[in-house]
Amino acid sequence: MSDTPILELVGVTRRVQGRDLVSDVSLHLRAGEMLGVIGPNGSGKSTLLNMMAGLLPPTRGQVRLAGQPMVRLRRQQIAQQLAMVSQAAETGERISVRDAVELGRTPWLGPLWPWSARDDEAVQAALQAVGMEQMAARDWSTLSGGERQRVHIARAHAQAPRILLLDEPTNHLDIHHQIGILDLVSQLSVTTVIALHDMHHALRCDRVMVMQSGRCVALGAPLDVLTPALIREIFAVDAQLIAHPAGRLPLFAFQRLA
Amino acid sequence: MRRGAAVRGTGWLWLAPVVLAAALLFGSAVGETPIPLSTVVAVLASKAGLPAGVLDPVDASVIWHYRLSRAVVAACVGASLALSGLILQALLRNALAEPYLLGISAGASTGAVAVAVAGFGAGMVSMSAGAFAGALVAFGLVTILARAAQGTGVQTTGIIILAGIAGSQMFNAMTALIIAQSASAEQARGIMFWLLGNLSGVRWPDIRMALPMTLLGLGVALWHVRTLDAFTFGADSAAALGIDVRRAQAMLIGTTALVTAVMVSIAGAIGFVGLVVPHAMRFLVGVRHARLVPATALAGAVFLVLSDVVSRIVIPGQVLPIGVITALVGAPAFAVVMIRGRQR
Repeated sequence: MSDTPILELVGVTRRVQGRDLVSDVSLHLRAGEMLGVIGPNGSGKSTLLNMMAGLLPPTRGQVRLAGQPMVRLRRQQIAQQLAMVSQAAETGERISVRDAVELGRTPWLGPLWPWSARDDEAVQAALQAVGMEQMAARDWSTLSGGERQRVHIARAHAQAPRILLLDEPTNHLDIHHQIGILDLVSQLSVTTVIALHDMHHALRCDRVMVMQSGRCVALGAPLDVLTPALIREIFAVDAQLIAHPAGRLPLFAFQRLA
Repeated sequence: MRRGAAVRGTGWLWLAPVVLAAALLFGSAVGETPIPLSTVVAVLASKAGLPAGVLDPVDASVIWHYRLSRAVVAACVGASLALSGLILQALLRNALAEPYLLGISAGASTGAVAVAVAGFGAGMVSMSAGAFAGALVAFGLVTILARAAQGTGVQTTGIIILAGIAGSQMFNAMTALIIAQSASAEQARGIMFWLLGNLSGVRWPDIRMALPMTLLGLGVALWHVRTLDAFTFGADSAAALGIDVRRAQAMLIGTTALVTAVMVSIAGAIGFVGLVVPHAMRFLVGVRHARLVPATALAGAVFLVLSDVVSRIVIPGQVLPIGVITALVGAPAFAVVMIRGRQR
């Protein structure tokens, strides 16, 4: 393996109307890791992910995908390496689950490169990966929020990317589905960047990046980064770390600052 | 299991030429004086150089110079407008989008009338060029207006339609102004009739414009079927799937404006075809554009040929503007689409 990072941010800034949404963030994404991006509302998580996906150009700095400046790559080349699951992407079309997952093959197809057996296999594998193969014929409108999110992840999976970006995939889901989505994501064997709200979820990541007002204020192993002092500063809550009674990941107890 | 998505469910396509031919024959046979289908076939055979027996020269002339050319142009206009509606609905993620409701047809009318009245070499080509310019200006204005109005509390899907209606009103007023100021009374009468959508003046030379443009529109749409699918979850999602969104939008909307403009300069602003036909086809063949594009083109062609027939026979001795027929079908369809959209 070469030393070229799979995805690299170099002093990336996104400025809109005189305000930095993301300010001077640098990052080397390691192949195979699961990186959690955590921070309060409006801290720039979504903007950062959109820049990583090449969907927003940085005002300053550079995003490199496998050593190549993102701005010089064609959209199709980017999409062959990187898939994005955005927040609440919705449709009013009467598409089936399989239709939605098949969209993931778009970067591998063209007017002159038609659908092939390989694409069928990728779609089938993606449906299996999220446990939706029995529901392939279901209508999008009949799916619950958690099922829709699974389909979006299956679509991204069918894209066969090296990097998967997920923007708060557990938002608006009940706790059962939140854990289901996280289990699912951690089982996928791709490099993953996942924007999160919940600090317990962040503990499951290999590394955590903490954002505040567009800046990266900490980056490292979850338990090294998510200290009571940092949580107090960033989220304005008192946090206590409590050992799990059954020896699993520790728990946080939060209390609002007086 | 080995059936690919591109071909799945497209087995009916071999029927398309048959259905289209049947519609054209029907359109040629029906009219103020019905002509038997056998005569229509015989006339066509004789034109193709086949032995066809003795023919009534009047019948032959009516069929060849009047009805068949008209039916072919109607088919082209119908296919083009239906495809334009389909493309706009996919790109704008708006079930109500179509060239007429977005003001593109009105802008094209203004452009065409300006050229016709001002008489910059008033051929069909220069009229089409004027219409194209008008269509692009109209779409640009409507888009800017919709952007500016965002966040004013009106639901996003509604904004662009409202902007389109405002645009239509303005361009129709400008058209009326140009006519009132510059056209002779006779010119004005002709233009007003044409504005409502009218195929009466159509002859074979019009086909030389209409047919290549229809094939161009169909070709561009077929080339972009996966692009159109990729917009299912919106433009950002399309970009994440590897679509160059700006390029795709410029290409597809440019083609839509061009094709609509040419059809408007031939047949006037015929409304609702782009709304009714794609929705009916979604119901029949599903939402994937590999099936939807050919189905919409075919159904649009047949729909307008039949609408034209109805416009000629519904009031004996009088030909209604075809836009009246399509609006009578289309306006209720608009209401249905709107109500169904609300329930989601």
